[in-house]
Amino acid sequence: MHDETPTAPQTRALRLGVAGPVGTGKSSVIATICRHLRDDFALGVITNDIYTDEDARFLKSEGVLPEERIRAVETGSCPHTAIRDDVTMNLMAVEDMERDFASLDIVLVESGGDNLTATFSPALVDAQLFVLDVAGGGDVARKGGPGISGADLLVINKIDLGPHVDVDVEQMVADAEKARDGGPVLALSRKHPDTVEKLCDWVREMHKTYAGGGHIPVDPGPMAPHHHAHDDGHTHSHD
Amino acid sequence: MERQAALLLLADGRLPAGGYAHSGGLEPAVTAGRVADMAGLEKFLIGRAETAGLIASAFAAAACARAAADDLSDLETLAVELDARTPSPELRKVSRDLGRQLRRAMSSIHPHPLFAALGDAPHQPIVMGVAAAVLGLGPRDAALAILHENNSGAAASAAKLMRVDPFDVHAILARMTTRLDALAGQAAVAAEGAPGDLPSPGAPLSDIAAEHHRRRDVRLFAS
Ligand SMILES: Nc1nc2c(ncn2[C@@H]2O[C@H](COP(=O)(O)OP(=O)(O)OP(=O)(O)O)[C@@H](O)[C@H]2O)c(=O)[nH]1
Ligand SMILES: [Mg+2]
Repeated sequence: MHDETPTAPQTRALRLGVAGPVGTGKSSVIATICRHLRDDFALGVITNDIYTDEDARFLKSEGVLPEERIRAVETGSCPHTAIRDDVTMNLMAVEDMERDFASLDIVLVESGGDNLTATFSPALVDAQLFVLDVAGGGDVARKGGPGISGADLLVINKIDLGPHVDVDVEQMVADAEKARDGGPVLALSRKHPDTVEKLCDWVREMHKTYAGGGHIPVDPGPMAPHHHAHDDGHTHSHD
Repeated sequence: MERQAALLLLADGRLPAGGYAHSGGLEPAVTAGRVADMAGLEKFLIGRAETAGLIASAFAAAACARAAADDLSDLETLAVELDARTPSPELRKVSRDLGRQLRRAMSSIHPHPLFAALGDAPHQPIVMGVAAAVLGLGPRDAALAILHENNSGAAASAAKLMRVDPFDVHAILARMTTRLDALAGQAAVAAEGAPGDLPSPGAPLSDIAAEHHRRRDVRLFAS
């Protein structure tokens, strides 16, 4: 067991990040993926907590995976730092998980809910979902930002709530597609099984591409300038 | 005085090794009402530097001297001695977690075979000492690096925990520079002796607070 040895290629899982503002449904998306794919893939989950371990507890209580495959990382109330400027804690949590339960197919990493600019560093994940919800307002997708425009998949969640919050879901999806230059957008609701199936298909497809060596991690782009003076342009590959 | 830039690199709080998730015991001290204002913060930081800080810096200096001489035979003894000076199981774990993280970061930043020789979960001061040696720094540098990193990390967490004027916090850090220099010198001298003779000042309340903190449901910092 040596931290400095990157996980051996045969035990290296697809590392899939799930980011997005507070309460949009990141944990729910992870729970859904686990429930539907756990028979086909060996899975692990890392949650990032701001000041509680609520996310890890929620996923454990949902019984979506054996408890020991869900681990929490404490981010010192700096969720964006933990997925971008200083990924060491998360990287080690992922590597430990891959080693302890070798060999895993997919490790899901939930970011602590942050703002629209928080995206995962390619040093931590191979691909990332960005989760918005209709309850946050129909305008959000149009506003863009690195997560919205650059994530591998943009999820617009809770579309069942559209009529209750006066959001035209079709319009929101169209705005998002425009902000993403045609990149994939998924309208999702746990109450619409067909949308859940599409989410699972996307994950299956991503895993297939990754396992076949055909996926090259892209960087959605750095965060907006903020108080952590740091050179975000520096990234490294970990395999 | 040749390797000053390497020392700045190692001591910089922005070195990506996960230190930002910790308050160095300040959060439990604030929560319990023991630190409530700037005077309290200054006393807290001085107390910490003179106890946990001196211990950490002495062990960093000792590890650095041994790594520089390419003799790691004492490392296991150093780890045992450091465990013995850290009564709180929680703080022993934090030290080893931070050590693993620092080792993981430094192995990517500046690879060296010595990092692999440190075992599964080395203490932070020991990794800091070895990292300093690998960067061509001496025992006193290693001591200063960990003193500064631990002190400025705890001070930075004050902005999230208390009503502070950040200028006041840095004024405390500025006043403490002479003290940290002196402590680093003390640590480097002590490092020349046997591991069992390294300094061992204690701060029992911090150990108890760390145990309480671990059991809290809601907290901003891991320690
Ligand atoms: N109506 C509706 N509610 C949903 C859906 N998905 C999630 N929710 C609810 O949205 C709330 C937030 O969901 P979470 O999955 O905890 O969101 P999160 O993004 O993980 O939240 P944080 O981790 O706190 O940032 C919960 O009350 C969920 O039950 C959905 O498809 N439809
Ligand atoms: Mg969540």
